Amino acid sequence: MSAPTEIAIHHVDAGRMGFFTDTTVCIGCKACEVACKQWNDLPADGSQFTRGGSYDHTGELSAATWRHVRFVEIAENGGHLPQLPAGNEVDVDAAVAAMENWVFMSDVCKHCTNAGCLDACPTGALIRTEFDTVVLQPDVCNGCGYCVPACPFGVVDRDPRDGRAAKCTLCYDRLQDGLEPACAKACPTDSIQFGPYEELVRTAERRVSELRRRGIEGAYLYGAGDATGEQLAGGLGAFFLLTEPPERYGLPARAESPVQENVVPATAAAVAAGVLAAAGATAAFALARGRR
Amino acid sequence: MPGLGATFGRGGATGFQQDLQHADCILIEGSSMAEAHPVGFRWVMKAKERGAKVIHVDPRFGRTSQLADKYVPIRAGSDIAFLGGLIRHVIETEGYFRDYVVNYTNAPTILREDFQDTEDLGGLFSGFDPETATYDTSTWSYAEGRGGGEGDAQTHTSMAYEERTGAGMDVSGVPRDDTLRHPRCVFQVLRRHFSRYTPETVERICGISREDFLEVADALVANSGRERTTAFCYAVGWTQHTAGVQIIRTAAILQLLLGNVGRPGGGIMALRGHASIQGSTDIPTLFDILPGYLQMPRANEDGQTLADYVEESGRDRGWWAFYETYVVSLLKAWFGDAATKRNDFGFGHLPKLTGNHSHFSTMLRALDGGVEGLFLMGQNPAVGSQHAGLQRRALASLKWLVVRDLNEIESATFWRDSPEVESGELRTQDVQTEVFLMPAASHVEKAGTFTNTQRLLQWRDQALEPPGDARSELWFMHHLAKRVRAHYANSRRRRDWPIRKLTWDYPEVGETGEPDVEAVAKEINGYDVATGEHVPAFTALKSDGSTACGCWIYSGYFKDGVNQARRRDPGDLDAPGGWVSPEWGWAWPVNRRILYNRASADPDGRPWSERKRYVWWDEEAGAWTGYDVPDFPVDKRPDYTAPPDGLAMDAISGDDPFIMMPDGRGWLFAPSGLLDGPLPTHYEPFESPLENLLYPDLHMNPAAVKWQRPENPYNPTGDPRYPVVATSFRLTEHHTAGAMSRNVPWLAELQPEMFAEVDPALAADRGIEDGGWMVIETERGEVEARARVTPRIRPLRLDGRVVHQVALPWHWGYTGDYPGDTTNDLGALSGDPNVNIQESKAFSCNVRAGRRARPATARLSGVRLDQRIGPADDDPPAEYPSEIT
Repeated sequence: MSAPTEIAIHHVDAGRMGFFTDTTVCIGCKACEVACKQWNDLPADGSQFTRGGSYDHTGELSAATWRHVRFVEIAENGGHLPQLPAGNEVDVDAAVAAMENWVFMSDVCKHCTNAGCLDACPTGALIRTEFDTVVLQPDVCNGCGYCVPACPFGVVDRDPRDGRAAKCTLCYDRLQDGLEPACAKACPTDSIQFGPYEELVRTAERRVSELRRRGIEGAYLYGAGDATGEQLAGGLGAFFLLTEPPERYGLPARAESPVQENVVPATAAAVAAGVLAAAGATAAFALARGRR
Repeated sequence: MPGLGATFGRGGATGFQQDLQHADCILIEGSSMAEAHPVGFRWVMKAKERGAKVIHVDPRFGRTSQLADKYVPIRAGSDIAFLGGLIRHVIETEGYFRDYVVNYTNAPTILREDFQDTEDLGGLFSGFDPETATYDTSTWSYAEGRGGGEGDAQTHTSMAYEERTGAGMDVSGVPRDDTLRHPRCVFQVLRRHFSRYTPETVERICGISREDFLEVADALVANSGRERTTAFCYAVGWTQHTAGVQIIRTAAILQLLLGNVGRPGGGIMALRGHASIQGSTDIPTLFDILPGYLQMPRANEDGQTLADYVEESGRDRGWWAFYETYVVSLLKAWFGDAATKRNDFGFGHLPKLTGNHSHFSTMLRALDGGVEGLFLMGQNPAVGSQHAGLQRRALASLKWLVVRDLNEIESATFWRDSPEVESGELRTQDVQTEVFLMPAASHVEKAGTFTNTQRLLQWRDQALEPPGDARSELWFMHHLAKRVRAHYANSRRRRDWPIRKLTWDYPEVGETGEPDVEAVAKEINGYDVATGEHVPAFTALKSDGSTACGCWIYSGYFKDGVNQARRRDPGDLDAPGGWVSPEWGWAWPVNRRILYNRASADPDGRPWSERKRYVWWDEEAGAWTGYDVPDFPVDKRPDYTAPPDGLAMDAISGDDPFIMMPDGRGWLFAPSGLLDGPLPTHYEPFESPLENLLYPDLHMNPAAVKWQRPENPYNPTGDPRYPVVATSFRLTEHHTAGAMSRNVPWLAELQPEMFAEVDPALAADRGIEDGGWMVIETERGEVEARARVTPRIRPLRLDGRVVHQVALPWHWGYTGDYPGDTTNDLGALSGDPNVNIQESKAFSCNVRAGRRARPATARLSGVRLDQRIGPADDDPPAEYPSEIT
């Protein structure tokens, strides 16, 4: 029997699917990070104890880390530890107050409406799927790496072993079989929710209202619900509920891709990129450079 | 869990984790639930979403603290002072639930005149014998009643008592004062006992500010009573102390005063240390109990008959009156046709308890050459057990060692790469221990049950065949038993009778000869000997030998021959009571999810409030009904009054919800069942940099177990060399001693190195830098760790003095791709008197910057140079248990 959160997907009328990551109920367990690696058969990056890293030792999204739980321990002074006086003169209250802002956030590919990576890709390895997600096909990728700087979020990374790019597929294979992505499935507190995009945005907006009603004035959505023209990368397929400024979580306040700066990015164009990929690399390359 | 057993009657969590979502307030202390039980924490988050106030009290600001509404820092090991302060507050402000306290607890019961409290005797209760450091508990009884187990408690440090509270106790005719004013009634004794635990005292002992204390106290009182309930969650942060059982007792008393036991959203959620640890006490891996918490017969009672044993172990009133039924059914399960009425069902052939055979005693005996061989199954004492250096030295003194595990763990490699080998203390060529490393099947490679933290049995099917030679524990024990039995088949010695007569006829299936796990399950469930049919519940068991049952409390999990534990139907979660999901797995006893749930209704059988409706009396049907299986005889009217000479369940009145207790009441004061006092008292951890503010002459729990040996040196109290308080903790990313997580790169990379959390002030004072190296030292050893300098662990101001704490995860050892020093190399062997659990959650230490200059345990390597390393041929000391003081 399937869990209530599991939904059936029918390819014929597949609509946009996305992630809503609610940081206010994240418990920092990293189950998403491990479930992602297990399902997608990604290797461990290996890690070392990191200075100033709180409980985060894997550091960032990479070619082998498609979900990453960020721990931000201290708000003030751009992430430095507060200086407590030595000896017996300890301001315990100040230390406690400083800790109220320890935050956890499970970061992931944003599956942008205007995906810079997709616009930059010359080979058509990056495609937009029937679920309106952005997927990188490793067998088409030639490892040029153009997508890496084209991502305003620093999501896409090249695998150091073979040079090809890799990132979250929003579990495209699971979606095709009607399963929710591995990370959402593993999340014990529903901090990661998966579902039809429009429905998810409505859920998230209700959640923001509820939190504000409870006095959490700072709650807001990052990447969804913005007015046209104000949207981050045209709106994010994987968006977040945050309570602190985006920079606190390592997220940009603005998110234009360099390749899109001088053009009007269009989802249609991005989709065309995928279609035209079959017609040849030259055409796609031209598209990626915005010479249409 | 005698702390719960001696208060409520059963040593298990009183409720279930899903029920936490209906709590109005949740106090988490002695646990970092979000980190160590992240899946269960889902229900705490649900409660929070529903508006519950979540409070976390902990020495370290961890992930749980971040998610709580209120975090309260506390000095490790001072929990009784804090909880005792809350008890005092609840009594003095009359914040207790009076109707509940008067009717459902022993608050009105009058105590004997000669009982003396710690406040009279400087920290001791009456009956203390300083020679043996044990109590004669006879003065702790009720007035005009007969105490239970007198004389027993003095001689044994034993878990056997946890489920036998009140054994042999007579409570008929005990006087009560329902006005709670009698100076010797439990309520007034309790009030006087905690009268000094003021907010100021709490602040001085625990480092908890008056404001924080009052905020917690107000939240508990505001969220208890008819309309609201508060739940407590704890884990090994409470159990691993020399007064650990009494910490849990303090919480249990508080919950009784607040009227939160047996009710939805209430209770005490005991969060277990790892998967199926509840199951391993139900069908015990412990040395001193038989399955279903039946008492192990003792060697000094040789010649005891079954009737004597039942008389001493069972009791006349309450549920334990059926003791004989359970033990006879157990003997029938074990000895089959050979167990007859004529031979006392083979009772005389059961192994006898000769003394303390707990883990520590056994390892010390091994160290002295008194243990030839050892099986380690699912345990890695070289990393995971207290004073790990001593554990490894003990392993090196065995003749043979069988290690069954998924990986080659430190306990199997100590002879070549332990710190003792590194230091030269042990030389590989001299270690005589022959190690047999047997590959084990993982949980997905075998079928069977886990019994989780809430007594819930969940069956899992086998998904894969184990690789290579890996086999299940069941396979291993089955085939070992077959070989042992074959060896003794022709023996005529009387002592071999139990081996020859043991029923061992489990069918084998598959190519590997795996025993049929459902056949084993059937024996556990119990069956009718004549028909072979599964029994439906333990109420169908008989004392005449016509039924067999391997564990009476599990009886019913194969009801109707259906594997009830395999069910996975959550039911209609939105229906009234839907969250109980009775068809998801099976919980002991008889699929009951909240214990003592008779207390969810008032004495007349009506719900205390509509909001907290759970189990109630249906007058029309003449039965108890509700969302759960009633924890009460289903047709016993609420107005039934037990006759003074009533026996068994007839002695329990219709408004006595704690049916396992001889008086049917929750015990604020425990006249029996505990070895270190009928009430909890603040004692310092046995290694503490601070004096005991309340009882300066006594310092620590006077009945605590200590092993005074040169290999087990203690940090002296107040020793300026050890000014820092240390506490150990677990990370979400690792599992216990690390065998299952350090060997999984996906997990290991998330927390790759041993570290210590240290506050910025202490770090600055010692020149320790974040991310740099630091050393933690005790009398037992030195451990190096990366420093995590963070205000998440913070200094406390105690009685005008600043005390620093360090927090140490304990998941690392010396093997594998992600090795690290072992926190358990720091601790000493010590024990709670009731359960022998060590004090690993609070001990004194010192810290310095840099790396250690020599192997972790080198400072003890000269201690036993006069002793040979290796197995001894001579007998172990005859009076071994006397070493326990």
